Amino acid sequence: MLNGLRLYFRYAGISLRGQMQYRASFAMMALGNFLVTVIEFLGILALFSRFGSLREWALPEVALFYGMVSCAFATAEAVARGFDVFPGMVKSGEFDRVLVRPRSTTLQIAAQHLQLMRIGRFTQGLIILLWAASALDVAWSPATVLLLVAAVLGGACLFSGLLVLQATMAFWMTESLEIVNCLTYGGVETAQFPLSIYRPWFRRVFTFLVPLACINYFPAHAILARRDPLGSPALFQWLAPAIGVIFLLITLQIWKVGVRHYRSTGS
Amino acid sequence: MIQRLTAVRPYWAIFSARFRTLLQYRAAAVAGFGTQLFFGFVRVMVFEAFYRSSTAVQPMSFPEVVTYIWLGQAMLLIVMFRADTDVQAMIRSGTVAYELVRPTDLYALWYVRALAMQTGPLILRAVPMFIVAGLFLGLGAPPSLASGAMWVLATVGALALSSAIATLLTISLLWTISGEGISRIVPAAVFVFSGMIVPLPLWPDWAQPLLDFLPFRGMADVPFRIYMGHIPPHDAVFALAHQAAWTVALVALGRRLLARGTRRLVVQGG
Repeated sequence: MLNGLRLYFRYAGISLRGQMQYRASFAMMALGNFLVTVIEFLGILALFSRFGSLREWALPEVALFYGMVSCAFATAEAVARGFDVFPGMVKSGEFDRVLVRPRSTTLQIAAQHLQLMRIGRFTQGLIILLWAASALDVAWSPATVLLLVAAVLGGACLFSGLLVLQATMAFWMTESLEIVNCLTYGGVETAQFPLSIYRPWFRRVFTFLVPLACINYFPAHAILARRDPLGSPALFQWLAPAIGVIFLLITLQIWKVGVRHYRSTGS
Repeated sequence: MIQRLTAVRPYWAIFSARFRTLLQYRAAAVAGFGTQLFFGFVRVMVFEAFYRSSTAVQPMSFPEVVTYIWLGQAMLLIVMFRADTDVQAMIRSGTVAYELVRPTDLYALWYVRALAMQTGPLILRAVPMFIVAGLFLGLGAPPSLASGAMWVLATVGALALSSAIATLLTISLLWTISGEGISRIVPAAVFVFSGMIVPLPLWPDWAQPLLDFLPFRGMADVPFRIYMGHIPPHDAVFALAHQAAWTVALVALGRRLLARGTRRLVVQGG
């Protein structure tokens, strides 16, 4: 385990050094990633300036939801980017090489590319999050800060799990399913706003099928010390981020099934 | 007249060849359709919640916003463009030199490629979305024949405008090679300032003069509001002129930049 972790950092270090060879290009990409998310946030600002509030939610509260999910997704994109390019590895047969090495496949796939440019989105999410934290009327304590960090990490696990799931499909079909983008990019879009504003069937999808609410909506209620209109108990709100980790563990099991089904293209 | 036709023929051939290639990607179109349906649902629900939060009279009614959103999902690909990846590969490998020796106008060549790239997938995705959203999801029909006819004109204009911007992105590759920074920021700016995320009439009043001036509304906001009669047919003429003026300006800019870019272009022999 420890050995695996050390190997991961070796891999990641090499990947980083590679990206740093093209400093200007990296800076442009990170800046681009940052500005894109800033521009997108203008839309939310425009809506609040027009309507004043979203049901019983004010802008700083929605900014908290936005910042949490944005940081989580940026982390997942940076760390699990290797799974994004995985379908190509199956097609080219390059996955065979990964299989003959005496280390876990997940580690090798995940570590092959640490996409540092995602720091752009992460920075933007963090700025929004910090602004929300200061604008909100919340008594911050070590416990709530810890819950916030746990929610972001749980969210990073959840989104990583979705990327693993998308990659796993490549074992059975050659075309990667763009439809999973509904759950990743669509999930980010959805979780920018409190889940209670959506229709019930839609809420259920993002609570039970893809437990996005557990790393965003529920812990945010504990942080804001607000009563959840959907009636979740306080204890559950505090423990909910762990479900993101469980989700990742489940998807890794499905991944293992996929690896056992793998038949090389032979090339 | 006949001479004029022969002059256009190579561009027409490129357009139709690329158009047919792009029609091959039917699986991608099906997946894209599902994704657009999903995002449309999310947007409609978010706007529904916002409209329930305020009793003030808004510049657009909620049913109008629903039509606007589904039009946006149907016509999404007009604003989803990027630099031509084929040209990017050519610049990297140096085969772009072949493009320069062709006895055709290089700008027209790249522009027509961009136009085909915009039009083919758009039709594949727009038609099913119009059917599904029109029948089940509250996408209304144009209030009059005049509005519908003006909308068709505005959509053609929108394609011409977005192809001009896409060509500019392609030309920028002559300087940046990877084009990573610009080719990410420009589409994001277009996405937001064309009205795809928030319909432009709902933006703050102080931002309206700027949004009116910028070229971006010509790609989404203008055709959508003409479609639903929010811009009446007789006012649509001005909106179309605005769209055309920007297209001409951006084409002129593209031509200048391309002339400068090709003059300083160094292709290594071999």
